[in-house]
Order: sequence, then structure tokens, then C-alpha cells
Amino acid sequence: MDLIQWFAAPLQHEFMIKAILVSALVGVVCSALSCYMTLKGWALMGDAVSHAVMPGVVIAYVLNIPFAIGAFVFGVGSVVAIGFIKSKTRVKEDTVIGLVFTGFFAFGLVLISKVKSSIDLTHILFGNVLGISDSDIIQTIIIAVITLVTLAVLKKDLILFCFDATHARSIGLNITFLYYVLLSLLSLTAVAGLQTVGIILVVAMLVTPGATAYLLSDSFDHMIWIAMASGVFSSVMGTYISYHIDGSTGGCIVVLQTLLFIMAMIFAPKHGLLARSKNLQAASE
Amino acid sequence: MSDISIDIEDVTVAYNGKVALHSASLQLDAGTICGLVGMNGAGKSTLFKAIMGFVKSVTGRVLINGLPIRRVQKNSLVAYVPQSEEVDWHFPVSVYDVVMMGRYGYMNFLRTPRSEDKRVVRESLERVEMWHMRDRQIGELSGGQKKRAFFARALAQKGTVLLLDEPFAGVDIKTEKMMIDLLIALRELGHTILISTHDLASITTFCNQVVLINRSILAYGDTSEVFTEENLSRTFGGSIGDLSLAKSQLAQQY
Repeated sequence: MDLIQWFAAPLQHEFMIKAILVSALVGVVCSALSCYMTLKGWALMGDAVSHAVMPGVVIAYVLNIPFAIGAFVFGVGSVVAIGFIKSKTRVKEDTVIGLVFTGFFAFGLVLISKVKSSIDLTHILFGNVLGISDSDIIQTIIIAVITLVTLAVLKKDLILFCFDATHARSIGLNITFLYYVLLSLLSLTAVAGLQTVGIILVVAMLVTPGATAYLLSDSFDHMIWIAMASGVFSSVMGTYISYHIDGSTGGCIVVLQTLLFIMAMIFAPKHGLLARSKNLQAASE
Repeated sequence: MSDISIDIEDVTVAYNGKVALHSASLQLDAGTICGLVGMNGAGKSTLFKAIMGFVKSVTGRVLINGLPIRRVQKNSLVAYVPQSEEVDWHFPVSVYDVVMMGRYGYMNFLRTPRSEDKRVVRESLERVEMWHMRDRQIGELSGGQKKRAFFARALAQKGTVLLLDEPFAGVDIKTEKMMIDLLIALRELGHTILISTHDLASITTFCNQVVLINRSILAYGDTSEVFTEENLSRTFGGSIGDLSLAKSQLAQQY
């Protein structure tokens, strides 16, 4: 009875129902994309893009256009800037990524502090899913549909792009197109994730479920389902827990994701630490 | 069988201003197995990449079966198997998935395999004796099996031109022999194969042509005419002594 009460109580509030549904949706979308991010080795790129969208969000507010558009322009723009600096100077890529995204992020901070707006910095940094507006919900749904449809339609091409771009090119696939598709989806989902867990933690949404699933499966199809399941579970349970303990929603979601990862790391049937040490023992006997 | 299949004219490639391949010209007829021989860094991989259009050539042009490379790639006519160091062996794909990737060029935009694609994948895997390994994740394979899986993908692509960069590096003798037999069978069907290898001893057994390369093409033509001690010593930097050393090292290796 207590358990039912635990689950039912938050649902008496409309804002909690919205928050749970939006977090679940964002969990699905980010987790699906996270499989590609982890396999392509784009974790740092995800971190960069999610920070770099900040000025876009502020400018979009000033111009009164959807956040997603501003974020999209700056997300893709940051990666173009990274590519440009890397190819024109001798500075190494991780350095370039580090300096570009912090530069964008700092510019966003200045904008927020000087532009008169009702944007609350803490909401951008740490998310505000409990107070999400209806227009933001609609925007999240649109982003979710675009991302999931694109991933479904281009699934095999994107897997091939991540796995073996050389072969993709040699059979005539347009890998520049695939690169920008993945990058665009990353910018869009960064905005979706931003509303739930905030800029600082959004990279976790875009990396952790994929990493957890990667340890649990050797097949991409299984991996993406496991990632989405773990993402939805963390999002929904994280929102519940944050209600009951009156703590940060984004924080609770990401802590749960991390716990799931740690469990997978230890107990995964084939790639977990226990299985590995068992295999080593078996091999040495 | 006198159609020119690979036609390279005056191709020069430079990386950061440093010339890696100078004014290379080469014509290979259909139905040829051509060995590409040169030291490490002599421009073998660069030549492959220039043919595939992956590096921009400063001058020159490449035609495959009389067509520019982009057109040929859209028709899946060229199968390119690069050296395998770049492959992410932990990637969650099975052997079957990898070979099926060779068929994507024939599929609709959702890449839904038809029965013909499945048949070709099975046939290709059977030809390299890997059908029973089809469900394995690629990282679970031995070195020779990995090479065979990627070779099967090239077979499944059903291209008429095969570019193989060091396919025998690190493989067992059984795999090498199997691959050579398959290459000879493909030549009989009129396919054109350009293959780089360090195994000088085996070249005379299956390559009817050779190209000697050292930053530019030194010589090419029928193996019996071009594959001479004198030409080889030019290719490997001038001294026969180095060559015999190289040969004895190879002998130890295989």
C-alpha cells in the first residue's frame, strides 16, 4: 500500500505528471542518440555542443523564436568552428574543443547577465522540468519526433558511418551528410535534455545510457533498447525520487543513470568486472 | 578482355606540401591480378586512397571502367579493403552484419535486405569458410578470421574491381592460400584486382602483373618481365643486400 502511495502521490499534481512524461520522453530520445555518441567516440563533442548552445538559447529568447532554433545554430556552429580551427592551426583537437565550447558558454553567460529577460540562469544550468511550460513541452515533442524518425530511417547508414566510414564512402554514401545529421540531432537533443537536467548534466543523458548498454550487449539492436529502457527508468524514477526527497530533479536522474552504469560495469554477464575476473581465473587454471 | 579497367593518369598526391606520390600513371586491363610492391611509406596506401578519391590529387585523373570514381562507387563496383588497424573491433556488430554492409549499395534507403542480398551474404561467407561464425561479434575472431570476414564483405559487394591493401598481413597460411584461390577465381570472371603485399615470394604464384612503387611508379607490367632482381633493388632502395635481407626476414615471417 505504501508503495502504491509512493507512486500515486506525485500524480495528484499536474506539474508532476508533465515532468514525469517529459523526462521519460527526453530519456528515450537522448538514450537512443547516446548509443551513436558512445560508439562514434563523440562524448567530448556532446559536452562541447551542449555547452555551446547557451548563447543560442538567449538570442532565441530575445528574438522570440523557439529555443531549439537558436541552440541548433550555435551547436552546429561550434562544431564548424572546432573543425576550422583544428584544420588551420597546429593546436590539437581536444584543446580546440575545450577552448571553443568554453568560449561559447562564457559568451552565453555574458548575454544572460546583460540581456533583460526572464531567463533564469539556474534553470538553464540545472534544468527546470518541474516548471516546464506547455510551449516547451511541444518543442520537446517535436524534437523527439524528428530525432527518433531520423534515427529509425537512417539507422543502418549511421551505424555504418560510426563503424566504418571508409567503407561507407567506398560504396558511395554521403558521409558529410551523415556527419551533419548526427551533429544536428546532437544539437537538438542537447536542447531537449537541457530543459530536464540542464546544460551541465545533459552530456550524461547523451553518454551514460549508451555506455551502460554497451557493456550489456554485443548487438546494436539490443544495445539501443537497453539504453532506452535504462534512460526512461532513470528519468521517471529520478523525477519521483526528487519529489519525495525534495531534491534536484536533474541530479537525481543522472545519479540513477550512473548507478545503473556502475551495476552494469560490475555485473554485466560478459563485459562486467566479475565476469572478466572469472574468465581470467578460468584461463589461468 | 582488353578493356582498361583501372586507368590512372599522372596522379600526384601531397600531404601538407610533402609529395607522397608523384605523377603516377597506370593502366590495368580487366581480368588482371596486379601486385603492388614497395617499402613502407612508398605510397602504396596513398595510391589506393587516390584511386578511391579519399585523398585529393594535385594533378591527374582516375577512371574505373571508363567512369569517374563517384559514379563507380554509387554502383558498388569497387570493393576496397583497407588495412585493418583502423577497425573498432569492440563495435557491437556480428560477422553477418559486417558482410551485409557490402550489400547496402544495392538496397533501398532503409537498407532492407532482400532475399538476393541474404543469398549473396551467405555465399560469400561460405566461400571464406566463415558461415558457421556468422553470429560472432567481430572482436571474438582470430586475426585470420577477421581478414576473412572483411574479405567476404568485399566479395558480397560484387564489384568488378577489388583494391586490397595488405590483405595477408598477420594471417595464417591457410587463410592466405584460400584468399589467393578466390582471387584467381575472380580473375577468371574478368575482375580486376590490385593488391599490395609484402609477401614477395607468393607474388609470382598468382599475380600476372606487378607495379613497383617508391613515391612514384618505377615499373609495371607482366610479372615475368617486371619482377626482376634489378627492378626490385631499385624499389627497395638500391642495394641487393637489403633485398636479400628483406627476403630472409620474410622467409622467417611466413
